[in-house]
Amino acid sequence: MSNLVLNIKSVNKTFGGLQALNDVNLEIEEGKVHAIIGPNGAGKSTLLNCCIGRLIPDTGTVTFDGENIIGKKAHEINQLGMVRVFQTPEIFPDLSLLENVMIPAFAKRDGAYSLNIFKAAADEREIINEAEKMLNELGIQGDHVHHHAGSMSRGDKRRLELVMCLIQHPRLLLLDEPTAGMARHDTNRTIELLKKIKERGMTKIIIEHDMHVVFSVADTISVLAQGAIIASGTPDEIRGNPIVQDAYLGGAHL
Amino acid sequence: MNFSETGNNLKLMLIFSAVILTMPLWLAPIGAGYPDLLQKFVIFGIFAIGYNILFGLTGYLSFGHAVFLGIGSYTAVWSFKLLTMNVLPAILLATIMAGVAAALIGYISLRRSGIYFSILTLAFAQMSYNLAYSVLTPITNGETGLQLSQQDPRIIDRAFSTAGEGLPSTELFGISMSGYSGFYFCAVVLIIAFFFSLKIFRSPFGMKLQAIKSNQTRMKYTGFNTRPYLMTAFIISGMYAGLAGALMAVTDPLAGAERMQWTASGEVVLMTILGGVGTLFGPLLGVGIIKYFENIFSAINEETLHHLFSFLPGFLESLMVTITAPFVGEGWHLTLGVLFMVIVIFLPGGIMEGMDRIKKRFRHQGDDNDPPGEGVDQ
Repeated sequence: MSNLVLNIKSVNKTFGGLQALNDVNLEIEEGKVHAIIGPNGAGKSTLLNCCIGRLIPDTGTVTFDGENIIGKKAHEINQLGMVRVFQTPEIFPDLSLLENVMIPAFAKRDGAYSLNIFKAAADEREIINEAEKMLNELGIQGDHVHHHAGSMSRGDKRRLELVMCLIQHPRLLLLDEPTAGMARHDTNRTIELLKKIKERGMTKIIIEHDMHVVFSVADTISVLAQGAIIASGTPDEIRGNPIVQDAYLGGAHL
Repeated sequence: MNFSETGNNLKLMLIFSAVILTMPLWLAPIGAGYPDLLQKFVIFGIFAIGYNILFGLTGYLSFGHAVFLGIGSYTAVWSFKLLTMNVLPAILLATIMAGVAAALIGYISLRRSGIYFSILTLAFAQMSYNLAYSVLTPITNGETGLQLSQQDPRIIDRAFSTAGEGLPSTELFGISMSGYSGFYFCAVVLIIAFFFSLKIFRSPFGMKLQAIKSNQTRMKYTGFNTRPYLMTAFIISGMYAGLAGALMAVTDPLAGAERMQWTASGEVVLMTILGGVGTLFGPLLGVGIIKYFENIFSAINEETLHHLFSFLPGFLESLMVTITAPFVGEGWHLTLGVLFMVIVIFLPGGIMEGMDRIKKRFRHQGDDNDPPGEGVDQ
């Protein structure tokens, strides 16, 4: 049996009278891309928020690499190696592209807090080189790395955020609808990037609406409906599963 | 953020030091070359540089930084009273005391951000002001203010010499800290303070503070514990304010509660915004302008105006004097207010943004392939 990176066990979460998550169990294996799909309001984002420290489940456990992460703060969970890309791009709009990518590299190298004012940021050659290499993969080169991140298009911002997460070499990467609201050619560029990451064997959870994206990159798919996992399996199994087709896919979409 | 190499720091520091140390020369033609005003420029310069590390880099708008100025002054005067008239222990103790106070106030205020943070710091400032004014009279001497007296113990000084006639003056190993020597001492402290601020601005630490200003949520999910970063920035800026307060006591050894009043806290906010928030030199420009207006414009009276407009025919002369009179003398605040409004409306980045735009315009005439907008640079 392969190594479990994330283990979600009987997680429940209610908001007022709404049962957002109902006894959710999920195991994420090392090196796999695990997609979570489901209709709007199925509890996908709630589940992600429970993993990343934004929400605390009412009951159940979430263990990451054998360590219980419930109640840990966002920065502690990041330092353990679980990194998240948000649905709306969360970048540093007032900083340059290069600085945007350098900051997470500092977090990886120096930890949650470090006070060193005696080395100039411009002298951090190693980190600058790594950041420039990552930006090159997005096709950003030369002087363009000094442009302000806030002036980019939405799609570029989202890809920048993805690169900011990748430079930390996370054990587990959480992607919340990486292509939501994107035009087709923009989506394809993101898929290219995701496939490139897949080749590196990084473990990922991906929440997505776009079936084209899901079936291009996922190894395993779990279907969430009304707060519960109704099916899990390979893309082919999910395609052929009548319960899933009933609850969500409606057959014709595939 | 300026990505210049370390070598440039040396050049920048040399130019900066030269400009600061020659202030008595180049400020003389505009009537600001006298020690009293020069000392103010430099001391408030330190205050504003420190304030900019908090407000400029992290975006946290503190309305209570005058507290640390006051604590610095009181500590320095107590050091003069109890220990020695030498200024070094005074500024050292003042900086440490201000740092401790900043740690306490910061610990509570930084639980909130935005307007709530500002209000908390303002509340602390007013509390401290009232404490100094009344409750803590044994320490602060209340309304009268803390002053030197002949009966002060001054233990360290007594160990080496007997008390002389009259009140002693502050000194640095025998050099009296009044007039120009006082200015040069403060100027050297400013240069050191500026150097540290430059180091912070260009370090990864400074970059992280700017990132907190830009998107604190992202910082947390990127693995940074943002609270200690904010605490560090708050304490450093508090210590700068304490240092400035101590230098006020060095050049004039008394301390009063009014130094802690919210107007004093507001002044440093104005200076920083006027010059350019988050830029290296902006706060210093802001200090220069506000202190110049305060001292020079307030000294202009109607007679000076008549003299100024004497080249005009009689009725025009009196008209011009009537129009301009409300803006000078007692009314210098009016000029400052108008200037501040013009800057905030047309140049939200302060005077530094204005200079940046002018620079860009010149560059664009020479070279059209210039890479687009880097925003407000250092």
